Amino acid sequence: MTIQQISVFLENRAGQLAEITAILADKQINMRALHIAETSDYGVLRMIVDQPQQAAALLLEHGFIVSMTPVVAVVVPDEPGGLGRILSLLAKESVDVEYVYSVFGQVNGQACMIFRVADAVGLANLLQANGMPPARGEALGVH
Amino acid sequence: MERYYQKDIECASREQIRAWQDERLVKQVRNVWDNVPYYRKKMEDKGLTPEDIKGVDDLHKLPFVTKADLREAYPYGLVARPLKDCVRIQSTSGTTGKRVVAFYTQHDIDLWEDCCARAIMAAGGTNEDVCQVSYGYGLFTGGPGLNGGSHKVGCLTIPTSSGNTERQIMFIRDLNATILCCTPSYAAYLAESMKEMGLTPDQIPLKAGIFGAEAWSQEMRRNIEETLGIKAYDIYGLTELSGPGVAFECSAQSGMHINEDHFIAEIIDPETGEVLPEGSKGELVFTSITKEAFPLLRYRTRDICILKHEDCSCGRTHIKMSKPMGRSDDMLIIKGVNVFPSQIETVLMGQSFAPNYQIIVDRVNNTDTMEVLVEMTPEMFSDQLSQVAEKEKQVVAALKAMLGIYAKVRLVAPKSIQRSEGKAVRVIDKRKI
Repeated sequence: MTIQQISVFLENRAGQLAEITAILADKQINMRALHIAETSDYGVLRMIVDQPQQAAALLLEHGFIVSMTPVVAVVVPDEPGGLGRILSLLAKESVDVEYVYSVFGQVNGQACMIFRVADAVGLANLLQANGMPPARGEALGVH
Repeated sequence: MERYYQKDIECASREQIRAWQDERLVKQVRNVWDNVPYYRKKMEDKGLTPEDIKGVDDLHKLPFVTKADLREAYPYGLVARPLKDCVRIQSTSGTTGKRVVAFYTQHDIDLWEDCCARAIMAAGGTNEDVCQVSYGYGLFTGGPGLNGGSHKVGCLTIPTSSGNTERQIMFIRDLNATILCCTPSYAAYLAESMKEMGLTPDQIPLKAGIFGAEAWSQEMRRNIEETLGIKAYDIYGLTELSGPGVAFECSAQSGMHINEDHFIAEIIDPETGEVLPEGSKGELVFTSITKEAFPLLRYRTRDICILKHEDCSCGRTHIKMSKPMGRSDDMLIIKGVNVFPSQIETVLMGQSFAPNYQIIVDRVNNTDTMEVLVEMTPEMFSDQLSQVAEKEKQVVAALKAMLGIYAKVRLVAPKSIQRSEGKAVRVIDKRKI
């Protein structure tokens, strides 16, 4: 019930991101979510794509430094307070969220968030047990 | 089993070596007095005549020769033989100023190639070996020197010269090269390239490498040895003295034996010029006692190292020099602190970075700044910025512990630092002083 996220080291220089998107587009790989964390010198690109294994292999081949991390996708009711319910649960259960970002567009008409935590499987089970089943890869178009 | 090219010389008694040095020094001083007006004037300025030099004990009386002298005397001012007796010139790269041109008679080339042959045999080379010389050929001494030594040993010699990495690897594999000669930075690049091709050490026929012409750390040696599955030997030399082979490493890999039948080595205090006792760290000074065309007396190399006589497990008796800790002209003075690029390399390789780095020195608001560019590694990378930052902090702390000053570390993309096929450009000094 976790999804493979691809992270790529980005040097802060013009054209690095464009290079990556071009490599993926060339092989018809579609991005479903993207998030960048950066310092003044470098950044980490995190993304969910429809073909994670192929995308990682392709980027490695082009000399990028790539890692894969399991993350949890959670469908959030697209209404005020929708995210709050999930975060309250995580706070109550003392689950530290390393970072969180949202998926492009909507999944089944609802918003979707990506959670990175230390124990992704544990979080998936927790959500399941609390009536908030995490989204499966297929729902995000991930094969 | 230890192999020697000239065992009688390489394992001669200390008394014998001293006798050769005394005799050859006296002869060489007479030679330069008679044939090089530039030297004669330098000696006269010190009130010296050839009679004052009766042996090695009197060596300290002679004036030093520096790179500035070589530039001033360019091109013919220090040549001790008529040009009709000279058969070759070699030249320094000229990266630190005007080129230096050194002259050779056929005899000089012969002795130089002997020295290189000693280095190859000390690395285990025999006439059964295939020796690929990937040092540049031409004015640079690396290629011609090892090429000549390889011929003398009887190795099948592949004169690839530097560059065209794909072709280098093709020859190593197709012709089963067993010995590789090049700069350590190029060896590291070849190793990296072969690793990327998926070659494991047992698929690489090489068994030994002879690497020199630039400073390299023990950590870099281990990296090259592991990736190529070889034993890596250091070799030392200067164009001014002949070229590679002035000193070379043996199986003990604990310092380089100086060919004392051709060169007398001293260690001096670089500030005062005073000769320091054995075991002291200081500037290496050489006197070439057998060179005909281009003899140098007390030439200041700018290399900082330590000399040591010791019983070596290889059986050689010639004095050993430590790996130079840096050249005094490579030495950076940053915020008043002496920094050698080799120290930074030691830290980076200790933190398992690849041997590709660049040091950028600048001056901002009258304060020196140092930035070290290193390539991100898969081991260091994490999807969490805080973890990358933590590892970056460890590198900064290790550099500070080694150097005593702060250096900013900048992580750059893999392969973004230019690879070198000869001497690597490690330092970019943007200070305008």
